[in-house]
Amino acid sequence: MTPLTVTAWTATSAAGAGRGELLAALRTRTSGLRPNDFGPAPLTTWIGRVAGVEDCVLPAALQRWECRNNRLAWLGLQADGFLTQAAAARDRYGADRVALVVGTSTSSIGASEEAYARLDSQGQFPVDLQRPVVHTPHSLGDFLQHALGLTGFALTVATACSSSAKVFAQAERLIAAGIADAAIVGGVDSLCGSVLFGFNSLELISRDKCRPFDPERRGINIGEAAGFALLEKRGDGPRLIGFGESSDAHHMSSPHPQGRGARAALEAALERASLPASAVGYINLHGTSSQKNDEIEARVVAQLFPEATHASSTKGWTGHTLGAAGILEAVITLLALETGLLPGTLNTESLDGDCGPQIRLGNADSAVDYALSNSFGFGGSNCVLAFGARHTH
Amino acid sequence: MRHRVYVEGIALWAPLLPGWELAREILRSERTPTANPAPRPAPTLLAPTERRRAPDTVAIALEVATRACELAQRDPASMCSVFASTHGDLAVTDSMCDTLAKTPALVSPIKFHNSVHNAAAGYWTIGVGCEQPYTAVSAWQHTFAAGLLEALTQTVVQQDPVLYVAYDIAARGPLGTMATSTGLLGAALVLAPGPTSASMVQLDWCARPAAAAGPSRASAANGALVAGNAMSDCLPLFEALAQCGPRDLSLLAAPQLELQLELRPA
Repeated sequence: MTPLTVTAWTATSAAGAGRGELLAALRTRTSGLRPNDFGPAPLTTWIGRVAGVEDCVLPAALQRWECRNNRLAWLGLQADGFLTQAAAARDRYGADRVALVVGTSTSSIGASEEAYARLDSQGQFPVDLQRPVVHTPHSLGDFLQHALGLTGFALTVATACSSSAKVFAQAERLIAAGIADAAIVGGVDSLCGSVLFGFNSLELISRDKCRPFDPERRGINIGEAAGFALLEKRGDGPRLIGFGESSDAHHMSSPHPQGRGARAALEAALERASLPASAVGYINLHGTSSQKNDEIEARVVAQLFPEATHASSTKGWTGHTLGAAGILEAVITLLALETGLLPGTLNTESLDGDCGPQIRLGNADSAVDYALSNSFGFGGSNCVLAFGARHTH
Repeated sequence: MRHRVYVEGIALWAPLLPGWELAREILRSERTPTANPAPRPAPTLLAPTERRRAPDTVAIALEVATRACELAQRDPASMCSVFASTHGDLAVTDSMCDTLAKTPALVSPIKFHNSVHNAAAGYWTIGVGCEQPYTAVSAWQHTFAAGLLEALTQTVVQQDPVLYVAYDIAARGPLGTMATSTGLLGAALVLAPGPTSASMVQLDWCARPAAAAGPSRASAANGALVAGNAMSDCLPLFEALAQCGPRDLSLLAAPQLELQLELRPA
């Protein structure tokens, strides 16, 4: 594919608001996870909760979209000057020529959950939540389109944990087909009862801090995050050089036992990027800390990549941010390309026997040219992104 | 930029338009719609034990996806797919929100599986053994045309056939006052980048700023057959496909973005 330049990019998660705080947390190996204090009857687990979401106030013109998920989106837009850079791109290309493609798993379902908890005596939604736009999945895309002043293509992608990775692939296609000249991609998912109690019902929630790839791992920690990237045909910055998408065709919540889908997505990304596996310096793994994902992902990585590839899961810093994991971990991957900080894996004490030498516990400092980010999701939807450092132009 | 694709498979299902063969005649005014709404189609792709408890979104999406592939004579396992739904499974969301408000620890794993926006797409790829990528999307009032634009884009960029599936179901409970939708409606197309023996319609398309004239509408009589369903904006295109003649259409893919379509018999 013709590479696209990532000219602006940002992420806000439990590991910090913006790239600076995220990089510092990664460098000092400071986890953003904390004991679950979300909701009236919190499950015993750890969560990646973003500071300041409760206190964030949307501008008056955007009050119609008020809810936790859109407040988190708004916080995310402020970080790293992204809102300013997005406005400049809008002015440069025209508001109708910048596509908006964003991922989420549950969008603002938290607002619907809250309405059900506060139904009035007639069984109706409370007046403050009688706003249809926050009770539909496109709440996120519609909010962002208005917040960014865009008038072109705008879509919300909801393929669970691969959502905000797949948006990069879709943006590349929209630009290739001439539907847009540039694209703002990203993803936002926020803490809500549906995911905490939903994953709990599948017995996938860990009572303790998640420990990706540890033989003693006991499941995932749910996190929340917002992240965005501006993709352009020209400009200065690291580049999106490939992507690979696939379906497991196996099970709604369990990966293919031989990792066929994961492997197909990795191979497709390498092929589209015209990259041999040996050229990959860093892989940000999906590494959720669930029994099955980590076992299968470790085996596929061991099969495909040389010893020298540094691979790690950063879920120990942020929790699993579900529909925002793709963009959050794309940002961590871009940070690795820009700074040479290759994160290790946090909270994990030893590596499971399935892990090859690629999966590292410790951080490393080493300039890399090419890096991948894996997102393998619920519903068997997989996406791998391939990025190249800016000097590989 | 203008692009060309070919429609190879068409499917439509609503209680008063149960299947493309009947729907085609009704939309051409060659047949009077049945007075009795048809019962929900059975999702025969699923294991017998899963059929009855499959949510409505899965049943309707799998039905139209299967029929469109049959008409196109394409192997469902060979195609990328785009699944579009305005609201996802409103009945499951109602039930989840109700349980979360009362007894959150009792959320059922089946309900949680079925609550995700990509549930129908996931069950489809599992049911037909499709390892090609799918996506699951939403754009509120513009979901049908926005999803179609993504499917058209995939078809021309990847130069491979794409299955497009759009569906919405009836809302239930308190949520129904905010996310309004009634009845069942599923629509599907198989789109191919070039002409084949299965080509039925040649479709030229482009995306452009919306014209003041507003989007195309189905006839009042046809529109009434699916009125109230959140995916009813699919009807102008399916009416045009039923009528087979040359036809130009404009659909809204975003509040200010128009998907302009030129249909010609292939």
